[in-house]
Amino acid sequence: MELDLRLITPEERTVLERNIFLSTIEQIKAWARSSSMWPLQFGLACCAIEMMATGGAHFDLDRFGVFFRASPRQADVMIVAGTVTKKMGPLVRQLYEQMAEPKWVIAMGSCATAGGPYVKSYSVVKGVDQIVPVDIYIPGCPPSPAALIYGINKLQEKVRNEAKSGRRVINR
Amino acid sequence: MSEENKNHAGVPGSEPEQKANAPENAGEPLAKESIAGEAGKGPAETGAAAPERAQAIAGNDEAALAARRKAAEEARAARAAAAKAAAADGAAAGGGEAPPAPPKEPSPNQPKLDRLVRIITEKFGPSAVVESYINELDRHLPCVVVDPSVWADVAALLRDHEELKLEYLRNMTGVDQETHMEVAYFMLNLAEKQDYCVKVKTDRDNPEIPSVVSVWQTANWNEREIYDLLGIRFTGHPDLRRIMLPDDWVGHPLRKDYVPLDPEV
Amino acid sequence: MIRTEELTLNVGPQHPSTHGVFRLIVKIDGEVITEATPVIGYLHRGTEKLAENLNYTQIIPYTDRMDYVSAMTGNYVVCHAVETALGLEIPERAQFLRLIVMELQRIASHMLWWGTYLLDIGALSPFLFAFRDREVILNLFNELCGARLTYNYMRVGGVKWDAPEGWIGKVRDFVKMMKTRLDDYHDLVSGNEIFLARIKGVGAYDAETAISYGLSGVNLRCTGVKWDLRKDQPYCIYDRFDFDVPVGKNGDCLDRYNLRLEEIRQSLRILEQAVEQFPEEGEIMGKAPRIIRPPEGEVYVAIESPRGELGCHLISRGKPEPYRLKFRRPSFVNLQILPKLLVGETMANLVAILGAVDIILGEVDA
Repeated sequence: MELDLRLITPEERTVLERNIFLSTIEQIKAWARSSSMWPLQFGLACCAIEMMATGGAHFDLDRFGVFFRASPRQADVMIVAGTVTKKMGPLVRQLYEQMAEPKWVIAMGSCATAGGPYVKSYSVVKGVDQIVPVDIYIPGCPPSPAALIYGINKLQEKVRNEAKSGRRVINR
Repeated sequence: MSEENKNHAGVPGSEPEQKANAPENAGEPLAKESIAGEAGKGPAETGAAAPERAQAIAGNDEAALAARRKAAEEARAARAAAAKAAAADGAAAGGGEAPPAPPKEPSPNQPKLDRLVRIITEKFGPSAVVESYINELDRHLPCVVVDPSVWADVAALLRDHEELKLEYLRNMTGVDQETHMEVAYFMLNLAEKQDYCVKVKTDRDNPEIPSVVSVWQTANWNEREIYDLLGIRFTGHPDLRRIMLPDDWVGHPLRKDYVPLDPEV
Repeated sequence: MIRTEELTLNVGPQHPSTHGVFRLIVKIDGEVITEATPVIGYLHRGTEKLAENLNYTQIIPYTDRMDYVSAMTGNYVVCHAVETALGLEIPERAQFLRLIVMELQRIASHMLWWGTYLLDIGALSPFLFAFRDREVILNLFNELCGARLTYNYMRVGGVKWDAPEGWIGKVRDFVKMMKTRLDDYHDLVSGNEIFLARIKGVGAYDAETAISYGLSGVNLRCTGVKWDLRKDQPYCIYDRFDFDVPVGKNGDCLDRYNLRLEEIRQSLRILEQAVEQFPEEGEIMGKAPRIIRPPEGEVYVAIESPRGELGCHLISRGKPEPYRLKFRRPSFVNLQILPKLLVGETMANLVAILGAVDIILGEVDA
């Protein structure tokens, strides 16, 4: 049987368009991954309380498919919430290495982004991107739960966009 | 008076409260009203309008300035007298300013301080207590400076003596005064609700203080923290290691001459 | 023949429980702990060193982030220290606002503790209930000072923002609602057999140990010592209000649990009275100098934060910045008793005991 595209009638065409959905495998993978991002429970300081509040009932994170995991082996995204000190730095790297590909990092709050209010301190790493590659930066001190949800949505968009266009922002 | 006008004119862009001199600001109803009036206009005006406003205010002040200064003097003297009457203390803050300085009355905690000094010197000799004074600023806290060589035994005496019974060590602070280092201990008697402060001074280059972990268990981590951040060694501590910083850190950050090794990270 | 070996286990800085970056190296023999060594300092941010270069108004935001769950008490202790040194008088309305926000903060902090403690023990839904109530309080704070968690609300001499229209009415409604909710929570959890079996008799210590270790707050009161700084060394306007200080008997985790819930009830009592006596109008900022320079000398003040005695030792040399600012943090001192309590306990009880001490790592490390 041959499929000749010129022989498809307009009625058949509308039926086809309504019922068959074409995509690349990359986009399907990206849709699945972005809709169920499981973060690693990695609250360091005050931003962790806002992360917990985002997971609470008022600003629910579960509706986005986001569900906190305790172990890095089972997590997709690491939300670094809080100040990273020099003592904690090697451990952040170790946790990042323990996560399985594909993985992303969200730097939540100004301490994780660039040192925050503690930028002049002797024992604070000025930005977690000195240790792990970061995908999304969420400013705020602490960012309100709505800001965190916006950041997670942006990460989801980024994942889908990278799949659609084939371009990667960070060369991992 | 002209100097003050110059001061007013010289700060055009700043907020209105700055125009009244800071020490006089406290406790003067007259000045507060004028400031409150200016504060209402403040945010709306830009820098261009401010110098004219400053001149206008300077003009007003010339008339009221003398009256204000007199009111300030009276308020200060009234405050000093009220403080003396109410607290019956030496009025260290107010006594120096009002022209006839009232004689310094003994603090209500002086007997407690004397008793503390007596108890310590009875057992350890007069050289144990280097200095003793009342900290009036801090609600008349009796303070004693103890010689470091006898400190551990003095601490045990303070905890066990029936009159003192200072079982609760509230706080330990290490301080780097630039000429020497000291540790201040704040102790409390829970039944009498009376607190005392004991300081132990040591020199800066090789600071060593006997540990009081055997007397008050709470000193354990406090001493480790002071060792970590200031470098004071506590002899007799069961486990003196760094607690806040990583084990391989070089230097003691809270010292005044600390230079961080890697400031860019 | 069964042979057991001792295992060194690292309950690492990354926890599934919510205390923060706290590491505990335990040596266990089977399920029983023989030795426990806490390692802290993973959140040491150098607040005390930073404070030596900042003036007092700039230090207040840093105190929010030390004990981030109860930020208003952190704000208050620094303001109180400077005001004691300066001898400032605070206007009535500001005192009332300070007291109301501190008591609301106490309720919020204990609610967070309750939710996370039960989450550690294994009950998942109280966490959601606790955060529901916390959201109400945080919305109140948001209306008042614009922030949900780190408020930067108090200033030397008073408070920064006045209560908007109707705010006091909302506090009154919250108090009414919280009373019934507290009874609901007691119904939900306190009689549960599994809960009692996990908590009762676990981690007990006596009053002498507590005093020697310098414990404060609920950890001291659970042994029977009636010491609450709001009553015994009153600050702010606490001496005008009528409230009880609940005291425990056995010093175990169940006592601490009950005491914290009782403290919420007493805080609601204080709030009721404060809302009735709230002055209709008044200044919110006293006559503080423009540049705050406490006279040369030192001051130590302490207040009762939800975790215990939070103190501030301020050494000033007459400059706008402090010479040395030391915070006596209750979680740091309370945590010292943990190695002693854990010897001989099982791993399951470790979580219960650690949760009942109620530590916040931002405060432990400062």
